[in-house]
Amino acid sequence: MAVDSKVKEVTETRTDFNNKEAEEVLISFDEDLEITGDEVEIATKEELKEMPVIMSIENLNKEYSKGKSVLKDVNFEIKQGELLSIIGPSGAGKSTLLRSINRMIEPTSGKITFDKQNITNVKGRDLRNMRTNIGMIFQHYNLVDRLSVFENVMHGTLGYKNSLQGIFSLYTESEKEEAIDIITELGIEDHIYKRCDELSGGQKQRVGIARALVQKPKIILCDEPIASLDPSSSRVIMEHLRKICSEKGITVIVNLHQVDVAKNYSDRIIGLNSGEIVFNGHPTEINKEVIQAVYGTDFDDLIME
Amino acid sequence: MSKTSTINANEITIIQKKNLYLLLTVVVIVGLIMLAGYITEYSHVEGIMSIPAAMSWMASNMWFSQSTLSNLGSVMRLLWETILISIVSTTTAAVFAVVFALLGSKLTYINKPLMYAAKIVASISRNIPVVAWALILVISFGTNSMTGFLALFFGSFGFLVRAFLETIDEGSEDSVEALKATGATYWHTIFKAVLPDSMPQMFSWILFMIETNIRSATLVGLLTGTGIGYLFDLYYKQLNYEMVSLITLAIVLAVLVIEAISNIIRREIL
Amino acid sequence: MTAVVEHNKNGGIKVSKPNRGQRVLKGLLIGSAIFTVIGFFLMDYTGLDLTHAIPMTIDNLGQMFLSPSLNNTTWPSALWQVAITLSLAFLATILGAVISLFLAFGTAVNLSKPWISNTIKAFITVVRAVPTVLWVLIFAIAAGLGAVAAVIGMIFHSIAYLVKAYSEAFEEVDQGKIEALRATGSSYPHILFQVVVPQTKSFLISWTFLRFEINFGVAVAMGAAAGAGGIGYELFMASTFYYDMQEVGAITLIILVVAIILELIANRLKMAA
Repeated sequence: MAVDSKVKEVTETRTDFNNKEAEEVLISFDEDLEITGDEVEIATKEELKEMPVIMSIENLNKEYSKGKSVLKDVNFEIKQGELLSIIGPSGAGKSTLLRSINRMIEPTSGKITFDKQNITNVKGRDLRNMRTNIGMIFQHYNLVDRLSVFENVMHGTLGYKNSLQGIFSLYTESEKEEAIDIITELGIEDHIYKRCDELSGGQKQRVGIARALVQKPKIILCDEPIASLDPSSSRVIMEHLRKICSEKGITVIVNLHQVDVAKNYSDRIIGLNSGEIVFNGHPTEINKEVIQAVYGTDFDDLIME
Repeated sequence: MSKTSTINANEITIIQKKNLYLLLTVVVIVGLIMLAGYITEYSHVEGIMSIPAAMSWMASNMWFSQSTLSNLGSVMRLLWETILISIVSTTTAAVFAVVFALLGSKLTYINKPLMYAAKIVASISRNIPVVAWALILVISFGTNSMTGFLALFFGSFGFLVRAFLETIDEGSEDSVEALKATGATYWHTIFKAVLPDSMPQMFSWILFMIETNIRSATLVGLLTGTGIGYLFDLYYKQLNYEMVSLITLAIVLAVLVIEAISNIIRREIL
Repeated sequence: MTAVVEHNKNGGIKVSKPNRGQRVLKGLLIGSAIFTVIGFFLMDYTGLDLTHAIPMTIDNLGQMFLSPSLNNTTWPSALWQVAITLSLAFLATILGAVISLFLAFGTAVNLSKPWISNTIKAFITVVRAVPTVLWVLIFAIAAGLGAVAAVIGMIFHSIAYLVKAYSEAFEEVDQGKIEALRATGSSYPHILFQVVVPQTKSFLISWTFLRFEINFGVAVAMGAAAGAGGIGYELFMASTFYYDMQEVGAITLIILVVAIILELIANRLKMAA
């Protein structure tokens, strides 16, 4: 509930930002508009241990060209209903790791188990089925710019449809109503018929989240969701992701490069450096040594406290 | 003291090298111009002299007599035929080009052999000049609109495939990725992401191609004895220069009007 | 549920509300489809016999590409004709490029005054509206059919093309750098040749070569249609004079190979730019 009102408040500030004089915007910034926002309730270590495993990744390797491996023998488990952040310097393989999970990139070797099913080699209909269960949101939102917000959100249902149903936009009324509910929850209901290229970055990303939620996924993968956003929109997006995880019980995996954001919102953090996992633990365990190991250098300024 | 002088010396050599390089480029280009002039027996003096001569010719033939203007009807009829061929050949070529561009794009290819086949067909069709197509086809199809249509069709097809391919590759990468990630089928990604993303840009290319084809149609007509090009050739050989300038003027106006319409359409859709 | 939802006639929820641009595009697509179909009926098919034309085309294409050979000319002579065509294209391109460079300085809005820029643009629009073959034939009245008329005629479209390309490249140049030099009191030619040209050099080369590639095709056409000589003229003779499909095939293949080589080089330069 607390989160709910927070989100509303932030949404209002966002509207302020668009409509009101610069002075007032500055005042609302002063109140609490750092990226990290307020402390958020995250799972304790003990709670985390109790959670059932939804996905496990074993000995995952990826080479783009012979001998140049991007992921080296990556092993970890993903718990149902957790918010897991993957941090690391650019080029560490975060994006490749995320895209290997839903097989947008084919891993060179390794095994991925999702819902007790080996999905490493599924093809065709089964691959599509698997992807329907895994939503994805992107740094550059990846919307079809010339279509309306509503149409973009409805694209989330395509995984459940055959080619003809999809091409002729044969969405059922109940699907549309569900989509409207999600759009309203995310606070973009006023823009429902606008073309996506008329929206701000933060609004586009919320369309991206809505599209992922319409899939009714068990996991949502987020590839640098706030890297192209200003601080206040970033916070709105992170609050939404936290809420989706806590209230709907959907597992959320986020690639991030801001350590402070990861610390504030995640239940667990994985640190990646040159394709290897160098840290896997609770946000409270992050300290100077860990940062050193993940980023290779002394990055005091990465923790802005 | 000695240190500063070495730096100066270095700087001088760099500047000298730069100047030498520039000089060499200029010498090579001038050499090539002279060589090309020798091969083609081109005379620069004559070239420059021909410009004022042609200008005064144009000025003296701009005043149409009554008998010339009475031919305006047949000029307009053949101009219309030429415009018709240009538009129809472009739109028909565009339909085929969309299919080949989808087969050839790295985002939407079905399989590798088909992708290369599509690209090779397009490359051959665009690199055989329109005149060659016209000369080949006129032998079997004779002097009628079909020849011009087919010649323009092949030239436009190859060009449009390349243009559409670039449009798809540049515009749709992100949205195709997103749709694939939702579990969408191949046809979903094409109809829900690629086409909505690229359609306006593709249409803009079609408009460009129509503009180009009206000019090419004149050339094709000249060779195949059809359309406005045929009429131009006829009066040109009869040395009826008033008609020649009337026809030229008619073509210029037609091209300008079509360009203006294209620009209005572009502003609406892009 | 506060979303402003609209319903269509059957009571279903509308997924999209097309805006003006989308409606225009849809109208245009339907319009051009209808126009194309009607257009096929409006064309003049006098003397066309498809039952005769299609098998003959296939037979001709078979002769051209399966057994090409030079019957009325020799390989050295054919290659010399290619050299002539390439030379015509080269002359038109390079002379056009020099003129275009200066016109483009006047056209780029950041280097020039609006009225100069607009005057040149208007001039170019008119120049481009005249098909190249007509330019060549008009100059042939003054200079006679041949290389002079061909090169001068081809220069016009080269200029129209290159001025647009060059001036757009110049407009991309960082305004700050130009201002910095203005502030030091540099002269106008100094700014152009010390900053603008070096900064855009690779673009200029790439566009110029692209025009050379186009001009090769144009030069072939001028050889066939406007007596400019070269391989285009050979093609014209082989097809309309000798009706020799094997030779037409051989010449077409030679042109094709040269054109593809030029296209590959142009692509390479474009990548580098």
